[in-house]
This record gives sequence, structure tokens and C-alpha cells, in this order.
Amino acid sequence: MIKLTSVSRDYPRTGYAIRNVDLHVKKAEFAFLTGHSGAGKSTILRLIQMAEPPTSGEVRVSGISSARLRRGDIPKLRRKMGVVFQDFRLLSDRTAEENIAFALEVTGARPAAIRPRVARLLAQVGLAARAQAMPDELSGGERQRVAIARALANDPLVLLADEPTGNLDEWAGKGIFDLFRDINGNGMTVLMATHDLELVRKHPGYRVIELAGGEIVFDSAAASTEEVG
Amino acid sequence: MPHAIREALAAFRRAPVLVLISVVAVSLSLFVVGLFALTAHNIQTALRAIEERVEIVAYLREGTSVEQARAAEAELRVLPDILEVRYVSKTEALAAAVQELPEFREVFSGLDVNPLPASLEIRLQPGYRGSEAVESVARQVLTYPFVEEADYGRDWVARIVALQRVAAGATLMIGGAFGAVAGIIIATAVRIAVFARREEIEIMRLVGATDGFIRRPFLVEGLLAGLTGGLMAIFLTYLAHQFVSATLLELAWLPAAWLSGAVVVGAAYGLLASALAVRRHLRAV
Repeated sequence: MIKLTSVSRDYPRTGYAIRNVDLHVKKAEFAFLTGHSGAGKSTILRLIQMAEPPTSGEVRVSGISSARLRRGDIPKLRRKMGVVFQDFRLLSDRTAEENIAFALEVTGARPAAIRPRVARLLAQVGLAARAQAMPDELSGGERQRVAIARALANDPLVLLADEPTGNLDEWAGKGIFDLFRDINGNGMTVLMATHDLELVRKHPGYRVIELAGGEIVFDSAAASTEEVG
Repeated sequence: MPHAIREALAAFRRAPVLVLISVVAVSLSLFVVGLFALTAHNIQTALRAIEERVEIVAYLREGTSVEQARAAEAELRVLPDILEVRYVSKTEALAAAVQELPEFREVFSGLDVNPLPASLEIRLQPGYRGSEAVESVARQVLTYPFVEEADYGRDWVARIVALQRVAAGATLMIGGAFGAVAGIIIATAVRIAVFARREEIEIMRLVGATDGFIRRPFLVEGLLAGLTGGLMAIFLTYLAHQFVSATLLELAWLPAAWLSGAVVVGAAYGLLASALAVRRHLRAV
């Protein structure tokens, strides 16, 4: 599903963000990506979205390789992956419903097909009653749910989450995490970056990949990664 | 309704101020260009009217018969660079002089003999009114033995030609400068409008919109802003024209080709400015 092979990324001014990372996330897997701020979590997520190219090495997502990436491939790739951020990134001038419909409109879906799909997504994230609310009328947890519904709109193969609970209180965060677990339970690959060790500790049994200084220092599935890598 | 048009209209609903800024920027800057065009067009028209009066007067020697003069008139009239030839007899010349110069009426009426010569008044085709063309016709006229002198205000013709060149040069330079300034103002306004929506562009990229899909509503918006701005600029220019005509001096209104040209250029420019502004943001994500 997601495979990074000897991937490094450096920036002209700040130097290496990640160095020589090998990582393989399999289909339907749930993995935590942990580490301090600046450890390289967000860089790895950006590389997986192919928002930037690796300085060396290869990123491969669902058959698309960073080495042979054309600009026209990026939209195809993005429709196969849902992305959720700490700061939600909703359009503040549109309702919850319109924010979700937005992700479907860009794929050229028929307006008649969009409406029922949005209603189902809102129900899935538990916001059926809040369809007409504007983002600033929603709580942090509700906004993140809208963002998750938007990420799921195009039936992606993988869900990437960058500190999705970072701006939420414990209860809202738990709700979001449970939602991710349900989504993963339906067979979707989930890669969640977080510096919330408490959250990770409370949910043993999931794969944990720890980054420090741009390198992977711990991977609870290290053995299997080596087998494939 | 296609998505791009729906989105462009929705953008106006969501952020009318941003759209209005672009439209006002387009219309005010094109209005300045319009005022300049109005001035340039009227100067051109005035110069052309003066140029039309360029004529050659061939004075005939004393004793030239009317038949000789008429024959020359007929010969000259068929030449390609000559628009019109008119024979003015001695009597007609005197009558015209008495009419046009009332202060000399006494002097003229006291004369026993008519001192004024008969003449041929030659008007030239448009395009043959430059110094050289006029001079060549004058030389041709002088080959008739009974033509004493061909007068065409040599300096005057040269001056009109020079004036026309200066006017054309100034139109090009000042008009070009105004156009460029208008272009920069419009591009800036469009860039601000696009910049305000960079988050939207980013999110569109994020959820898998193609570049073309992201660009289209902005292009429609740019086109509409350019079109509306162009029409408003024409309307403002028309108001200015009406005002000046009513209070200062009668002005000629702009030719239809200029007006439709302005609308097309405004629309095309809005489109282009949007395309460039969006491209910057597309490249960034």
C-alpha cells in the first residue's frame, strides 16, 4: 500500500528532515507514527501525499512511484487517500455539508449522486443533525469529524492523519480516535501521526513507528518490515 | 449549469467585496484608458478635418480662355490622386473676395478692372495629402503654360503632417503607458482575489482536484470581471463624453470598433490575469 525505500528529504536551509527511512505499511493496517515535533512525522505524511518529492529514495503509494510521478498523477493519487490535519482545514465560508460535497464535486461526481453520499458520510461521523452548520458554529471535535467525512468522501484506500487530536480535549480526541478505529475496522489503511504517547499507550496492539531526528528509531513491526523491505 | 460557472457565481455570493474590487479596478483603470482614447480620437478627427482642406490653387495667366481652363479641369479630374477640380472665373473670384473680405469691399467696388486671376481649385484624394504628394500634383499643374502659379501652403501642409506624426506617436506612447498601468492594477486586483482563496485552492488540490478543475472557476470569474469592468468603463467614458459635450465642446464619440475592441481586450485580460495568478498558487501545492 505505502512503501518508502531509503527515503531522505532535506531542505536547503534547515537540512535533513528525514534520513534514510524505510517503511512499509500494508493494506488494512493501523499504524501510529510517533515522535517529538520536528522528528519528521509531517514530512513523511507530505511525502506520502506526494506534495513534495524525496531528495533521494523512492516513495510508492498504491502503485504510483515518486520516481516516475507526473503532475497529472497527483489528483488520481489524492483521490485514493484521505487526509486529516490538526487544524481541520475546512472552508470557513461553507456549511459542513458543502465542505464534504466539495471533495466529491472536484472528482466531477453528478450533483444528484453527491447529496445522498454526503448524508451517509455525515451519519457515519455522527453529525447528521449538523449538516447546515458553518465551521465556526461547530466544536473542535465536530469540525474534525467533518474533515474526516470529507477525507472519506471518495472511498480512499488509505487515511492519513497528522495530529488529528492535537487541538482537541481528551473526550473529543477519544471520539475521533474511536472513529478511526471503526474506519480501520472496515478495512481501510490508517496512518496516524501523533505526539500523544498517552493515546498510543492506551491502545496497545497497534503498530507503532517512532521517529527521532528524522530516522526511524523503533518499529513494533520491524521484523515484518525487514522481510518485505 | 457547469460547475465552473456555478462556482464563479457562488464566489461572488460568498465574497462580493473581493469580486467588486476586481470589477472596480478593471473599470476605473480602463476608464482612464477610455478618456485618453476619447481625447486621441478627437484630436485625430480634428486633424483629419484640417487635412481635408488641403488644396492646390492654380492661378491662371491673364488672357487664358475659359475653354483652355475647362479642358485642363477635365484632364486633371481623371487623375487618381485628385478628388475634385473646380474652375473659378475672374468674376467669381472677385465676388468671393468681396464676400469674404468686407473691409476691402470699398476698394474692390471702386476698381475699373478686375485684378484677381481666374483659378483652378484642386482637392486631393485622402492618402494623397502629404507634402510630397501635394508637391507632385502642383508640379504637374505647373506644366500647363497658362498656369502662372500653384499655391498650396507648402509650410502649412508640412506642419499638419508633422502634427499628425506627433499625435500618432503620443497616442501610442501615452496610450501604451496608460494601458500598461491599467494592466498592472487589474493583475494586482485579480491576484489579491485569488490570494484570498489560496486556502480553497490548497484544499482542492488536497482532495484530488485536477489543475484544470481548480483553474476553471477562476478563469470564468476573471472573464466576467474583465467583461463587466470593460462595459462599466465604456459607460463612464460615455458619461464623461456627454458631460464635456454639454459644457465645454462638442466631442466625437468613439467608433464602434474601438468599443468592441475594448470589451474583448478587457475580457481577455481578466482571463489572462486570473490564469497567471492561479498558476502561481497551483505550483506551490
